Amino acid sequence: MSSLLKVENLYVSIDDKMILKGVDLEVRQGEIHALMGPNGSGKSTLAYALMGHPKYEIVDGEISIDGVSLNELEPDSRARMGLFLAFQYPVTVPGVKVADFLRHAVTNVRNPNRKEGEGLIPMREFRAELKSRMEELGIEAEFARRYLNDGFSGGEKKRMEILQLAMLRPKFAILDETDSGLDSDAVRFVSEAISRLAGPDMAIIIITHHERLLEFNRPQLTHVMLAGRVVERGEAALAHELHDQGYAGVRLRHPDAAAEEQEAAAALAGKQPVLAK
Amino acid sequence: MATDLKTATEDDIGVGEYQYGFHDSTDKYVFTARKGLDRDIVAQISEMKDEPAWMREFRLSSLETFWKKPLPLWGGELRNLDFQDIHYYVKASLGQERNWDDVPDEIRKTYDRLGIPEAERKYLAGVKAQYESEVVYGSLHEDLAKQGVIFTDTDSAMRDHPDLFREYFGTVIPPADNKFAALNSAVWSGGSFIYVPKGVKIEFPLQAYFRINSENMGQFERTLIIVDEGASVHYVEGCTAPTYSSESLHSAVVEIIVKRGARCRYTTIQNWSSNVYNLVTKRAMAYGDSLMEWVDGNLGSRLTMKYPAIYLMEPGARGETLSIAFAGKGQHQDAGAKMVHCAPNTYSRIISKSISKSGGRASYRGLVKVANGATGCKSNVVCDALLLDSDSRSDTYPYMEIDEDNVVIEHEASVSKISDEQLFYLMSRGMTEAEASSMIVTGFIEPLVKELPMEYAVEMNRLIELQMEGSIG
Repeated sequence: MSSLLKVENLYVSIDDKMILKGVDLEVRQGEIHALMGPNGSGKSTLAYALMGHPKYEIVDGEISIDGVSLNELEPDSRARMGLFLAFQYPVTVPGVKVADFLRHAVTNVRNPNRKEGEGLIPMREFRAELKSRMEELGIEAEFARRYLNDGFSGGEKKRMEILQLAMLRPKFAILDETDSGLDSDAVRFVSEAISRLAGPDMAIIIITHHERLLEFNRPQLTHVMLAGRVVERGEAALAHELHDQGYAGVRLRHPDAAAEEQEAAAALAGKQPVLAK
Repeated sequence: MATDLKTATEDDIGVGEYQYGFHDSTDKYVFTARKGLDRDIVAQISEMKDEPAWMREFRLSSLETFWKKPLPLWGGELRNLDFQDIHYYVKASLGQERNWDDVPDEIRKTYDRLGIPEAERKYLAGVKAQYESEVVYGSLHEDLAKQGVIFTDTDSAMRDHPDLFREYFGTVIPPADNKFAALNSAVWSGGSFIYVPKGVKIEFPLQAYFRINSENMGQFERTLIIVDEGASVHYVEGCTAPTYSSESLHSAVVEIIVKRGARCRYTTIQNWSSNVYNLVTKRAMAYGDSLMEWVDGNLGSRLTMKYPAIYLMEPGARGETLSIAFAGKGQHQDAGAKMVHCAPNTYSRIISKSISKSGGRASYRGLVKVANGATGCKSNVVCDALLLDSDSRSDTYPYMEIDEDNVVIEHEASVSKISDEQLFYLMSRGMTEAEASSMIVTGFIEPLVKELPMEYAVEMNRLIELQMEGSIG
């Protein structure tokens, strides 16, 4: 039986400011979904809330996998239940080698009931697996000995996220603008890697502004967010329209949400510049 | 090394994570001096050791110096230290053995629990085990002995190699250097004596292990290492003690002479229980084109004040100190390094990393001094502190005394906290919060740990993990 990730009427606030205002989403293992929307519409907030960032408070609604609520679970428990977030801005952890980090991560995710301090998966087995995943993805062996994201270029950081995805093989992977800030070769790398990893055991939710990632990885469903909620859903043609024409059409069809977006932008204007397309 | 040790008394003062806090019976001890410090006690120590007159005089005059010197007003809180409430000399067994089977059972069991005989079989070129005031076991690989290497306890060295001993003893750290050097000079007992002849390179480490067992014990070992021209040695010391509610004092003096073209690395992995005052003076003289390295891992103790020094005496001498300090609850690590450039074209580097948690305090205190005329010197100091919570504290006291213009001196310092974003990132990959914190801390000290031989790197990481266990929440 394939698993189901369900988001129902989700309200999420950051520092008492409501960002998500009733998001609904259903993703089944094996499916590919696109999540689009202008800057500030709540895409990344949804991704962080799904993964359980402590600053993102669930005010109402529920996130569940196969009926088990994730609302009160720590991020590590969510990871062990098969959720994965490829970060838009992966953090640096100096002094921690990629291979050591991955060995801990893989051990925990594959043995969800592991207690702290219990043994890691055997070194030989792990090394062989890491080596073949890296070869498949065309990542140099030297990568494994580097410190996690320390001194990595933007493209290398994104490759690192994809390598983690390949090793952890989650049921539900959220890719938060994995294509942003990359040149076209790097985007092709990411795109091809995702299409290789996708399959019946993995659902992929692609958050993106571009169409490139979606060319190789055709989504069953595209969700469009505006002002903290999903306002439209459609097939690949919708993504194509957004790519060609931007979000003007969406705003026209959803004047209330567009007005809220304007308000929020105006409130922020005093504090920082807003780039609303 | 040691694993699966039970903690006998860990709850006594609520320290929790310290696993070497067990102690043995003291019933079968050969001799325990009464508590307190005076001329009679010092004379008694000298008499029991059957020392030459000059050493007896050296001790008694050092005692006078000790009384005259004030307690340092900087560093840690020393006012609770009662010098009259300490046993200055405790002899647990009759003599030093060459075979573990001949070491009294209870003492041997302690070292078994600490994993020393096992480590000796696997990767050490020689071992000294000091228990209380005296060395109870010693070994050295035969081929090293044949090459003229001397590795013995300091008392035996005075007896068996009197000329060599007297030529160097007290020349690097005179008794009047500081109050605790004077105290050690008065009541010293045990410690390692190493002589590496010209050109002899010792491949595997020599290790000494210092264990305090009694309550209110003072351990005052005296180590003297002479590395002759072109020779090299790596010496490693480890230290533990039982957990008691009253204080113990460890006050060692370590003197090292690294001759022209020689190399010496001195690694300390100290893990005292949290009732030990650890007040140690360590200093090396490095001559032309030689290399002296201190690798100093400070865990445990109530208060540690230790600043390993290197005097760069001739051109081309290099000095390097890598220091890790971990201050937990109720602990103050006041540690650092001193580099004194006495000659032109000498080089030094200090890397210090400290971690404070649960209200612990870690201070970096360091000195870089360049004498007038010591042109072309380079010195680089980097100290990084990691605070694990807002109750903990980190301070940096870098002193510079530069009496020469034509030099390059660099200093960088940073204080960081474990960031929420790092924790979230690691936790999103299945790591618990404690595991994630531990991984960040391990990464923080990695640049130093990777300098250790593999076995010690594993041990250091394990000790740090033990310190981290159950500490986050």
